[in-house]
Amino acid sequence: MAGYEPVIGLEVHAQMRSRTKLFCGCPTDYGAPPNEHTCPVCLGLPGALPVPNEKAIELAVRAGLALGCQVAPHSRFARKNYFYPDLAKGYQISQFELPLNEKGHLDIEVEGEAKRIGITRIHVEEDAAKNLHGIGSGAVTLVDFNRAGTPLIEIVSEPDLRGADEAEAYLKKLRDILMFIGVNDGNLEEGSFRCDANVSIRPAGQTELGTRAELKNINSFRFVKKAIEHEIARQEGVLQGGGEVVQETRTWLEAQNKTVSMRGKEEAHDYRYFPDPDLPPLAFDAKRIEALRQALPELPEAKRARWQKDLGLTEYDAGVLSAHPEVAKYFEAAAEALAKRADKMKASEAGKKVGNFIQSEVLRHVSTDGLSATFPVGPSAVAGLLAVVEDGTINGKIAKKVFATMVDTGKSARAIIDEGGFAQVTDKGAIEDEVRRVLEANPSQVQQYKGGKTGVLGFFVGQVMKATQGAANPKMVNETLKRLLDAP
Amino acid sequence: MTSFPWQSAFEIREQVISGAMTAVDVTRAYLARAEALNPKLSCFLYLDHEGALAAAAQVDRAREVGEPLGPLAGVPVAIKDNLCTRGVRTTCASKILGNYIPPYDAHVVEALRASGAVIVGKTNLDEFAMGSSNENSAFGNVHNPWNLDRAPGGSSGGSACATAAGLAPLALGSDTGGSVRQPGAFCGITAIKPTYGRVSRYGLIAFASSLDQVGPMARSVREASLLLEVIAGHDERDATSADRELGAYHAACGRGVQGLRVGVVRAQLDQLQDPEVRGAVEAALESLEEQGATLVDVALAHAKHAVSVYYLIAPAEASSNLARFDGIRYGLRVSGEDLADTYARTRGQGFGPEVRRRIMLGTYALSAGYYDAFYLRAQRVRTLIRRDYDAAFESCDVLCTPTTPTPAFALGEKTNDPLEMYLADIFTLPPSLAGLPALSTPCGLAADGLPIGLQIVAPPFEEEKLCGAAQVVEDACGLVTSHPPAFA
Repeated sequence: MAGYEPVIGLEVHAQMRSRTKLFCGCPTDYGAPPNEHTCPVCLGLPGALPVPNEKAIELAVRAGLALGCQVAPHSRFARKNYFYPDLAKGYQISQFELPLNEKGHLDIEVEGEAKRIGITRIHVEEDAAKNLHGIGSGAVTLVDFNRAGTPLIEIVSEPDLRGADEAEAYLKKLRDILMFIGVNDGNLEEGSFRCDANVSIRPAGQTELGTRAELKNINSFRFVKKAIEHEIARQEGVLQGGGEVVQETRTWLEAQNKTVSMRGKEEAHDYRYFPDPDLPPLAFDAKRIEALRQALPELPEAKRARWQKDLGLTEYDAGVLSAHPEVAKYFEAAAEALAKRADKMKASEAGKKVGNFIQSEVLRHVSTDGLSATFPVGPSAVAGLLAVVEDGTINGKIAKKVFATMVDTGKSARAIIDEGGFAQVTDKGAIEDEVRRVLEANPSQVQQYKGGKTGVLGFFVGQVMKATQGAANPKMVNETLKRLLDAP
Repeated sequence: MTSFPWQSAFEIREQVISGAMTAVDVTRAYLARAEALNPKLSCFLYLDHEGALAAAAQVDRAREVGEPLGPLAGVPVAIKDNLCTRGVRTTCASKILGNYIPPYDAHVVEALRASGAVIVGKTNLDEFAMGSSNENSAFGNVHNPWNLDRAPGGSSGGSACATAAGLAPLALGSDTGGSVRQPGAFCGITAIKPTYGRVSRYGLIAFASSLDQVGPMARSVREASLLLEVIAGHDERDATSADRELGAYHAACGRGVQGLRVGVVRAQLDQLQDPEVRGAVEAALESLEEQGATLVDVALAHAKHAVSVYYLIAPAEASSNLARFDGIRYGLRVSGEDLADTYARTRGQGFGPEVRRRIMLGTYALSAGYYDAFYLRAQRVRTLIRRDYDAAFESCDVLCTPTTPTPAFALGEKTNDPLEMYLADIFTLPPSLAGLPALSTPCGLAADGLPIGLQIVAPPFEEEKLCGAAQVVEDACGLVTSHPPAFA
């Protein structure tokens, strides 16, 4: 095992979150009835012509900028020619020479060690349709063109990855960034983030690359790691057995836990790329690129660093709260609202309180679907709840109860507190009355206390809280008990 | 007033507007003539009685209620069968599209309908517009109305024949390397290949996307200019459509040629084998001089490579453009043993020999290892050809050449020698490769009665100059009232 070093490069196809397709106005929504979102252009009907979707191309530039790429002032669409029923025109409009973005990088961390992975290029292309096999009676294949023409970016890494762990870290980070900049919804199940891996191994210390196999069909982070690990082991086995690794395309069979050959080098396609004569070159001048750079949303890493510095979060908390762009947005909104409402509260204090409450109470009610997420209550409602804890109206324990009611009824914290009489009893006289009643009812415990067993104080607090249904201000209860018990 | 069927589009519109004739009567008359003569000429693949009469009735209704009438109100127009017509079979004269009915209208068809034109039918062509004699139609070849044993030219032979023989006053063709000009010359009519980008290609079934343009065909320069005015203009559905101001083409016909510098490539004229073609062209040049133009000698050093360049670039683009005809979504399907076999059978049986030849040529030119030597080099020489024109247009305003080296050749004469056939396009190819506007108009009749065409070429978007110069030639040679004797 120690004798070989794996060398891995990844190609990621990410669907861009564009409302409409890359070359026509059809919607990109997932889940519509088959062939509902089609027109002459995405069906490749004779005479129809592609017109580039500016917004989608700007999203691709955004991805390039977020990944440190140089955006080409002039880039070209090219045709990739091959026959398949899911390809309406007999060619895919992609980019070959002169891609939109080149020479970027992504910094990853594996077991505390930082590493920079080069990104060769990020180009724009259209997605194919979807073949649906075995529909109805007989071995019929039908084609659904709803997906045809959906805008994709292909992100090609340098062969800088040295193991399955690094590959996994690269993919997770890449997905994270693409989601936070709103380019991709990160939905692996629906196939909007897909990965192919080029894997080779070489004797440790050798600079020359070994023969690579291309792994297709690895569409979950778990598969990626397993598939690459298996492929590395397979190639080691081949070399150790005195054989040679052949250049080929292999596919990962999850059920059988192995990769199998799809096609060899000699069966590889000649795609006959050439510039698409239907599409003039894409032009981006420096001013437009700069404007897009300025408009780039904050990247997740920068966000986490800022939260730790300004909003009082630990690295762990920052990680949990930035797991999804909508959760991050929610946290920031709630923290800001609380700092504004609560008197003299520092941003870091508000951040910490909101962060804790979201993690312990809110998150279990949150569900995400791609880039969207649903929350039980709005961030300002949470801030409102924490503000009344802060001003002493209710305590933290009651707050959890009130929150549960907010989730169930959609009412505001204030309304629930008023209706339920949850407000803390802060009336000094009322608390003293209650404390006296408890002390009178429990003379033996009073004796114990006076005899030095001060631990029974907790018992008295509990009794008072019980009697007030949790509404008494615990701090005042404590003080009153001590004052009366310690009185000579 | 000229009598049926030789009235001009202007006269027909005038009669319809004045009420001397209804659009329905005009349409009926032309449909009847076409129905009677088409068996002899084979210029129509389909006569749309129902659609044409409905469109004509609409014009008559609009007139009755006093609505404004378009520039082609009630004028019958024949359409080349590679232009999509909604609900009307569009075949490209190919078996592979023998039963194809488009769900949408081409841009130029929409423009015609909006102008009040009556589309009478779809005209024959070389399969997918690939050919110079119309003998490559899967549905029988067209005859030249001046001599039925002669070729009408191609690929817009059906449109040229229908116009020349008085089956329709106007027609649309498409021109990739001379496909409106060469049949225009052979059939003795005027045909304009607009600047690349002047007319939208949306709905024109692509042959070679970087060269294809829709062009007007008519028996007079003025009518062709009017038709150009109707179809030209920016269209957002074609990314190569130019967003530039339209010219006043019809008005430009009366401007004359006073002070116009007319470029002539002397060496080209001197090398002409056919003395009658040379004589007719010289006479046209003299008449231009008489009307105030000056002749200037210019050189086009790289034009001699145009045939080689064209027959690499056009087939390369065609090989990709025609990939969509795979038998999966529409058109002919010949089922085979598996998917690859179905493709092979469908395309093998669906395409004719010339189309298959060009697909093979183009596929080869784009293949890995040959791309640089063929496709890329051809593109470089194409640039040199364009630069030659740029230089020539510094010393002249328009450039004159014969349209073809000879008048119409005999049917069957060149079918066994594709290269000989390709050489018939030597004068029309260079302006196509340079994207320039070019017009062919009759400038004489040979001793055997066959028409001879003069080609006039102008700088990009200066079609007005073509119209002005062509009108002078038309007035001088007096052929506008000459019609094919057998059909007069």
